[in-house]
Amino acid sequence: MSGYLEGVLVLLAINVILAYGAFLPLAAGQLNLGIGGFVAIGAYGSAYLSNEYAWDPLAAALVASGLTGFVAMLVAFAVLRTRGIYLALATFAFGQVVQGVILNLNVVGGAAGYPVSTFLGPVAVFAVALAVLALVVLLFHTRFGISVTAVNDDETVSDLLGISVRGIQTAAFTAGSVIAALAGALYAHYFSFVEAQNYGVMFSIYIVLYVLLGGTQSVWGPLFGAAVFTLLPELLRGSAQWRYVIFACLIIVVMNLRPDGLATRGLLRKLFGRRDGAGAPERP
Amino acid sequence: MLAQQVVNGLLLGSVYALVAVAFTFAIGILNFLNFSIPGIFMFAGMLSWAMLRADFSLPIVVLAALASGAVLSWVVERVTWRPVGKSNHYVPLVGSMAFLILIENLVLVAWGSDQQRLTLPFADASLRVGGLVIGIPQVVGMIAAIAAVAGLALVLKRTRIGRGLRTIAEDTGTARLLGVPVQRFVPVVFCTGGVFTAMAGVLFALNYQQASPFMGEEIALKGISAMVIGGMGNIWGAILGGLIIGVVETASISWFGARAVDVAVYGLLLAILFVRPSGLLGGGAARDRA
Repeated sequence: MSGYLEGVLVLLAINVILAYGAFLPLAAGQLNLGIGGFVAIGAYGSAYLSNEYAWDPLAAALVASGLTGFVAMLVAFAVLRTRGIYLALATFAFGQVVQGVILNLNVVGGAAGYPVSTFLGPVAVFAVALAVLALVVLLFHTRFGISVTAVNDDETVSDLLGISVRGIQTAAFTAGSVIAALAGALYAHYFSFVEAQNYGVMFSIYIVLYVLLGGTQSVWGPLFGAAVFTLLPELLRGSAQWRYVIFACLIIVVMNLRPDGLATRGLLRKLFGRRDGAGAPERP
Repeated sequence: MLAQQVVNGLLLGSVYALVAVAFTFAIGILNFLNFSIPGIFMFAGMLSWAMLRADFSLPIVVLAALASGAVLSWVVERVTWRPVGKSNHYVPLVGSMAFLILIENLVLVAWGSDQQRLTLPFADASLRVGGLVIGIPQVVGMIAAIAAVAGLALVLKRTRIGRGLRTIAEDTGTARLLGVPVQRFVPVVFCTGGVFTAMAGVLFALNYQQASPFMGEEIALKGISAMVIGGMGNIWGAILGGLIIGVVETASISWFGARAVDVAVYGLLLAILFVRPSGLLGGGAARDRA
């Protein structure tokens, strides 16, 4: 495998994981603009564990993601008291605070960035990405996945049906954050360097946008969105700025023509018969 | 020293206040968090730099920048707000985010990623009042900002279009029934917000003699904190919040260093959202307006 192809595929794998990290809260109706904060905690946490305690990179990544999940749960209890715009703003503020705190932590290099001593090969990255994909797809075929969709569609009716709305929302937020942190940890170990400056609000916006480009109705939407987002610019081969110009125009067009994203339930049903993913009902 | 920091903070805060007014105006009337505002702010600043470099006179530069804000906002309204209307609540927000990315990258393509310096003849003119140094351009900018906001408040309170906008803020459907031309008034909201944002961008670029393609992320996003602290949807709250954020920023720079600013400003935003989401001047029950 050539170095270029490997680089593209690893980025694709990491972007797919990130997309599922943003997808879980979005599927439950939460716009998480602080996802960069969780990615940063995962990346710095696992880098610190393997730098200071010589942990195996995979173990460090998993433990750091677990710890991020704990942080996310605490954040969720506070943040999920708010909703709509307030929730988006609270997660935005959280992400900015995490970034600001890391930039002031000299133990992880502060604003100079943090080199990572251990390396994780591409095969491990691919394996984790596949595992995350399989896990989320399975999750959305269980009662939990259906409950998430129900909470997104109508909180009151879900509550009447005996679904714990707060519980589902907290779980979706936390699980998404754990997945996002995992992506951060893999990135840190593959590229051997982390910089908190990369994980600001624009980073979170990009991830949310490629999930919405794919669509949140079906579990396959994020995979589709991340693939389009990663591969299309490679094919276009323009300068980095033109890629994002095209990406932004694409988002604007898609939001106008298909506000539910590219991979909607109806489209998947047409393409694959009964294999339609999340089983989310079509929006009227 | 402390008094000087407060003065500097208030002058910086007037820039935040203008951006906060733009955010709060869109949220108060349309319940729309317009994420294209940092992009419009940055474009106005960069356009001022580019036009000053090409030797245009200052009044023309300012007018062109303000017009650019109105035009860009009008486009955002046409392309993101108007068509999407009734789908998922975050769809227009997403469209506005795409505009932020679009504007930022188009500017990067056109003018590169460097921070640019603006050269102005009168930039260093300043008053000395009892040991305090107060820049005259900054004071003029602050007065212009407050005058613009006062004018907006007056328009909202007294005129026919102001009454119409306040009706839309209460309930769009009812406004339509009462004969308010909603489709004609909504672009007014966007363009007004765009002009305020562009005014903030020009003020910042002229006062601090710098512009960069990333200034929107650094400066205009603090306007969100200012808006929330003052109370979402409340114009005078946005002014108050902007001034508070400005003072908090200069104070935290002098006490903890430049890198502590984001922690202080956004920490304050987070705290306000948890403790009093309706802000200092806001009404109750704001949290439930999704």
